This record gives sequence, C-alpha cells and structure tokens, in this order.
Amino acid sequence: MRLSVDIHKDFGPFRLDAAFEADSGAVTGLLGASGCGKSVTLRCIAGIETPDEGHIELDGEVLFDSAAHINLSPQRRRVGYLFQNYALFPNMTVAQNIAAGVRDRARRKETAERLIHTLYLEGNEHKYPRQLSGGQQQRVALARILANEPRALLLDEPFSALDSYLKWQVELELMDLLGKFEGPVLFVTHSRDEVRRLCQQVCVLDQGRSQPMQPVEELFEAPRTLSACLLSGCKNVSRARPLPDGRVEALDWGMTLESGVPLPPNLSHVGIRAHFLRPAEGPGPNRLPCTVERVVDEMFSTVAMLTTPGGGQGFSRLRIELDKAAWAALSNPKELWVELPRERLLLLAGA
Amino acid sequence: MEWYPLFNSLRIAAVSTVIIFFLGILAAYYVAKLPRLVKGVLDVVLTLPLVLPPTVVGYFLLRLLGPRRVLGLWFLEHFDLRLTMVWYAAIFASAVVAFPLMYRTARGAFEAFDPTLAYAAQTLGRSNTWIFWRVRMPYCKQGIIAGTVLSFARALGEYGATSMIAGYTPGKTATISTTVYQLWRTGDDAGAMRWVLVNLAISAVVLLTVNMLEKKDRRPRRRTVSVAGEVGE
Repeated sequence: MRLSVDIHKDFGPFRLDAAFEADSGAVTGLLGASGCGKSVTLRCIAGIETPDEGHIELDGEVLFDSAAHINLSPQRRRVGYLFQNYALFPNMTVAQNIAAGVRDRARRKETAERLIHTLYLEGNEHKYPRQLSGGQQQRVALARILANEPRALLLDEPFSALDSYLKWQVELELMDLLGKFEGPVLFVTHSRDEVRRLCQQVCVLDQGRSQPMQPVEELFEAPRTLSACLLSGCKNVSRARPLPDGRVEALDWGMTLESGVPLPPNLSHVGIRAHFLRPAEGPGPNRLPCTVERVVDEMFSTVAMLTTPGGGQGFSRLRIELDKAAWAALSNPKELWVELPRERLLLLAGA
Repeated sequence: MEWYPLFNSLRIAAVSTVIIFFLGILAAYYVAKLPRLVKGVLDVVLTLPLVLPPTVVGYFLLRLLGPRRVLGLWFLEHFDLRLTMVWYAAIFASAVVAFPLMYRTARGAFEAFDPTLAYAAQTLGRSNTWIFWRVRMPYCKQGIIAGTVLSFARALGEYGATSMIAGYTPGKTATISTTVYQLWRTGDDAGAMRWVLVNLAISAVVLLTVNMLEKKDRRPRRRTVSVAGEVGE
C-alpha cells in the first residue's frame, strides 16, 4: 500500500510545497522546525484542510486531485489521525471513545473490548479522559483510531504533550504497535531523536518545502542540505565557497578546507559534528587556531565553545566535544589548534 | 389574590424559551461558521434587540404584526387570527427581546469548542449530525443551559414591548410585569408589592441556577508539558 502526496497551498507569506511517498511497513518521518508546514500537510492528507492544488493518492484511490475536482470528505478517506492533544471526547468514557471509532455497529462492543485489552487499558473502561495520564490518553486515542481500521496512520507530534520521563515508555509501546500496523505510517516531529528511534526514512520540510526522501541513517551521517544538517543536530556550520583548486573556503571560520572528494555543484555550506573535531599540535591542513571562549561540563563529555579566526559571532564559532579525560589532558588551554578531519566534513547544498 | 398573571407570564416565557432555544442555537452554529464580514453584520442585527429600548422593539413588532400591517393582515384574512392584544402576542415580544441572550451565550460556547474534536470525529467516519449532537452539544452544554435559563428569566420579566403589543387586559393579557404597573398606577400599593415579591423570588431562583451551572465548569484540563529543546540543545 502506498501513500503519495504532492500538494501546494498558499498561506500568503508562507507557501507549502510538499511532495513525497510513503509505503506500507515503514514509518516515514516528516521532520521540520515548528511552523514549517508539517501539521498542515497531515491535515491535507486527512481532508481537514484543502490544498490549493495537487494530488493525494492512497492505495490506488485518489483522495484529492485539484485538476479532476476530486476531494473526498475526511469521513471517506479512512485515514487515522493521532492529534497532538489526542482529541478525546471529554464527555465520553474510555470505552465510549473507542466504540465511537468502530464503523461496524454490530461489532462495536466486541472490537472496543479487544482494543482495550490490546492497549493495556483494562480497568479504565469507565473513566473519563481527564482522569487518565498522558500516556493512557494517547493509548485511548490510538485504540479509537485502530478501531476504525484505517488504511494509513498520521501521527502529529505524538509525544509533545507528555512529561519527558513518560516519553521513553510511551515511545517503546508505540513502536511495538507501529510494527504491527500494515499500512503506511507518517510521523510528524521536530525532534531528530524521535526520527532516529522511530522512523526508517525521513523527509525534511524546510519552510514549507519538502526535500527528497532519504533513509534515516543518511540524514545523520551525510545530510545533503543545510536545513537537514541543522535538523539532524549538527551545530558547526559555515558558509562555504568552492575554490578553483577543488578546496573549500569556509567563510565564517576563516579557513580553507580540503575535502578529498569532488564538491557538489551547488555547495553553499560546510559542516562538521562537534564530536568529530580533534585538538591538534600546531598548524597543518584543515587546522585552525581557536580561542577557548567557554567550557561546559556535560554528563559524559566536555563541550567547549571556540572562537575562530572568522570572528566570534553566530556561525563563526565552533563547538568541540571531547571525552572528559581527553579534555583534562589538555590542561585547560586558552588557545587551541583544532583539526577538522576531511572525511568528517559535511558538504551541504543550499535549500 | 388572582393568580392569572403568574400563569400567563410563565406560559409566555416557556413558549418563547422553546422557540429561542432552537433559533438561538441554529443562529449561533451557522453564524460562527460564516466569513468575517457577514458574521459581523449578522451579529449586530441579531444582538440589537438586547440594547434597543423594548418600546422600539414593540414599535417594530406593531408595524409588522398590527391588524392593518403586512403579517397581521395576512394572518387575519387567512386564519382569522389576531396577532396583537391577545395573550400569545406577548410571545413575539419576549422572544425577540430575549433571543440575543441565547444566541450570544450559545455562540460563546460554540466558539470555545475545540475544533480538533470535530476533526477527530470526522476522520473516524462520523457524520456531522452525529458530531453536533454527541460531541459539540455535550461539550457546550453548560453555555447552552445558562443561555436558556437567562432567556427564560428575561422573557419572564419583559414589560415594554409586551405592553405595546399585548396591552393589559385583566384575565386575558395581564402578565406579572404589566400587573405591577397597573396596580401601582391605580394606587393599589399593597397589590403591586405582592407581585414585586413574586417576581423577585422567581428571578433569584433563576440567577442562583445560572451561578450553580457556572461553578460546575468541567472543561478537560490540557496536559502540555514542554519537551522543547530537541532541535537545538
């Protein structure tokens, strides 16, 4: 079963252009900062919002097509939508909420009972949503969606309303469930950690524009664009200019870098993860002298903020992360030579 | 003491409350969905009776329902039915005057409704009728009951428009409010006082009911614990 989406919607100052495909048996992440159009995309797929133009197809059935004037009502799309606040009906008990999702009247009671059992909700059947914990509320919402036998699942930041100590547990439960679901699953989030743990492939949304789908490992190991790189959690990024000799000038860091590989045609930035930076003895290729500005002790490592020859503002600073022992061995330096290993450089194209 | 005015007042208020209940909810539901400009205009028109002097409302009603006016004449010719100076004429007056109370409270309640609940029900395949009766109305119950009780109280106390369109005929169109005025005008101070006390008692009960309903607010608490700081550490 396949969900394919290609939609456009104009919101005045903001424009959504999202195109991607999601297949059964995999969790597809939609990753983007808040306000980038992730939720709107889901709402268009569910039929709550109407795109200006485009095409949405699920399992060979057209849900929306602006050219053919097809726009199925949300009722007829059979797409399960897990809302950020779960949207449980406050006037109904757990059992009634779940039963509200069952289409087949004759099997309403039996289906609700089965799902109450599957989702560990026994003993809560007669409670109201406000009497439940966040994790329980989410399970009720999921049970209600599954009772509806949807063809695809849309999850809109499902962990954002949970206490952080609850998240881990709820995430594990959700992963189990998603593994059993047969249709495509779309998972919207702003958290790279959630994408890494829950998704197999990911599509980055940057200011309303979707970027090509990529496997999750690729997003973290070799992000191709600036926004993907920032969303994947990389903190060291500099504007870059290709030089005729095949090297790269890192404008913000004030240095020239060797990458050892052919440069991408529209190179605009270069990045490197904090834990790949290495302290060095002195000058050499891909090395630069820095001033230590601030040192932060993390749980298992030490992070130092460095001022580069490029200046002390924003992108021009570097962040280095070392083992506590390795940092201690440097005996609290004021000045530090740092090497950016060329095999660890991320060569990024503009959006 | 002749109890007819109490009976008549209650009957008029009850009938107009039933009418207002449905019309007010209907108007509130559809107006809330309209585009902004139309909404603004309709809102003014529907709320106007609340701020107009009741005599102005009475004047408009007479222009419309009087025996020689458009509607009045039509009803008289086709049904042999007089729409003024009869007990049920007061229903028009109190319904128009009290309508904005129902409309505005119901609209406030509908606007406080969390639309994601309706969206969730839609994606679950539920019809809009089901959503209205099983999700929206229960969610807005308090506001709607409060609006109904307030409208009833206002309808019960209507004087200005009622006296113009139904007049005061003892045993026929007399209501509590017109009786108080009539008794005071004719110097029966003790009689007026008795009806004033009856009116005070009813109004107090109504307002107590509204207060109790407002205290029992049972909106669900939202759990929004921030887990921010995930994109940038």
